[in-house]
Amino acid sequence: MASQSLAKIIANQQLNSKDYRLLISAPQIAKEAQVGQFLHLQCKEGIDPLLRRPFSIHDYDRQQGEVAILYRVLGKGTKQLLERRPGQEIDVLGPLGNGFDLTNTADKVVLVAGGIGVAPLVPLAKELIELDKEVAFLLGAANELELLCMGELEQLPLQLKVATIDGSLGHQGYVTELLEELLADSYGQVFACGPEAMLAAVQEITLKAGVEAQLSLEKRMGCGTGACLSCVCKVKVQQGSGFEYQRVCSEGPVFRADEVIFDE
Amino acid sequence: MSKVDLSVDLNGLNLHNPVLTASGTFGFAEEYADYVDLDRLGGVMVKGTTLEPKLGNATPRIAETPAGMLNAIGLQNPGVDYLIAEILPKIKDYSFKTIVNISGNEVADYKKLAAKLSSASGVAALEVNISCPNVKKGGLAFGTEPEMAAGVVEAVVESTDLPVITKLSPNVSDITEIARAVEEAGSDIISLINTLVGMKIDIETQKPILANNVGGLSGPAIRPVAVRMVYQVAQAVDIPLIGMGGIMESRDAIEFFLAGASAVAIGTANFVNPRVSMEVIQGIEDYLIKKNHSSVQDIIGVVEAN
Repeated sequence: MASQSLAKIIANQQLNSKDYRLLISAPQIAKEAQVGQFLHLQCKEGIDPLLRRPFSIHDYDRQQGEVAILYRVLGKGTKQLLERRPGQEIDVLGPLGNGFDLTNTADKVVLVAGGIGVAPLVPLAKELIELDKEVAFLLGAANELELLCMGELEQLPLQLKVATIDGSLGHQGYVTELLEELLADSYGQVFACGPEAMLAAVQEITLKAGVEAQLSLEKRMGCGTGACLSCVCKVKVQQGSGFEYQRVCSEGPVFRADEVIFDE
Repeated sequence: MSKVDLSVDLNGLNLHNPVLTASGTFGFAEEYADYVDLDRLGGVMVKGTTLEPKLGNATPRIAETPAGMLNAIGLQNPGVDYLIAEILPKIKDYSFKTIVNISGNEVADYKKLAAKLSSASGVAALEVNISCPNVKKGGLAFGTEPEMAAGVVEAVVESTDLPVITKLSPNVSDITEIARAVEEAGSDIISLINTLVGMKIDIETQKPILANNVGGLSGPAIRPVAVRMVYQVAQAVDIPLIGMGGIMESRDAIEFFLAGASAVAIGTANFVNPRVSMEVIQGIEDYLIKKNHSSVQDIIGVVEAN
């Protein structure tokens, strides 16, 4: 069950020139969190900006009652967030959304992370390793400095491959180019989070290869609770060739690649 | 037990307290069951409902603005038959009054909606939406011409025994003219204001942010406009008003009572603070006690102009 609470900030740590990690004390959320769910934060009290901001749950410690998110400073809300200090309280809704579906997971899985989209995939990798799955982790970013969670991923028993657009580390080009190569190698399932263009590429590649994939989407969000119908995406309807709008906050943020429709 | 009387009688719609949630901002109530004791609400104005299911607008549907937000959802809803069969039965046992907000493309749609909902169980009142800025047909057009507004309201009143609330648009030159027209047409209650039509442009792409180009502005940015319009309409009509527009806390709600509203609805604030409705109810009670009033009715419309 989701709840609204005031969580104490434990740490707000800078990772590179624009990315940060926020660690909060939120025992109830830590207890209930599922990988792929998100938190809806009020970056700062006040009315400008007015709305909360959604962030994927990046890490949780059920014993310590702590939860972490990663965020990239892009606008007013995230600028206010980076000014928040340990000891202060922050208004949090969560855990929200459906999370990744880990029933009937394949034995060999690929995780595809683009930029800050790595946030929910690190805990997913850990969970899949717990489930004795063989994990390949494809990590992409614009450049070496923006590759997040490298140290942590290198510690995990998984196959890590890196791509950067500028070629400063690993494969030069899109992370999805690595996916095409890997899928030939009997991987049975893909999980992805990143920019919409990346997700659309993952969708195309996995559909062509006939491999099941789950995509974690991001949309401009209002309430986060399913009421406002702002954060919708197109999903194919069961019958016929049409679509309906489903809520990223409630039916998502994770959708099956064969059901979601990306606009051109 | 409450030390003060928070109940209000809105021309046949009796509420155990005067705090409602505004249509489109609270889903069908259960979206907020994790955060709010729904039984404490006076009423819930459920998501705008049409005869047929409605897909809604393309995205982006939302744009944030200073102290406010623009929305252009386009009345996405599962249709009145689904509402009656699947949703109303789930919420009928709560103690809040369920008010169904109805929208049509033409007058006949409103009549059919009113008839269907009148024979359904669990509906306490109808809120006639003649002011949605985000749909191409009907919607706002009905709300900007006094004769057209009166025509819709008359049709609904003829088709139902339920109390009829008419939701007014602020996008008019004289809101009192529309208010008088719907009162004369038989509306039992007026709710106001709906959103103000606005626009936001992305200066990088040089295109509007909203897929619909324009949308309805809500949030604290519009509150002074809403308070002014409630005040003006309260002078112009004798039927009770439900005031709304940017209420973020109990102080804001109290402004609306003083201006002439008999009840208030909370909208966009639900997105920011899901618990806000509970805090507003408590804050109104505290204010009344502090001011030595025994009932919320003591403060309705008592503002004295300078």
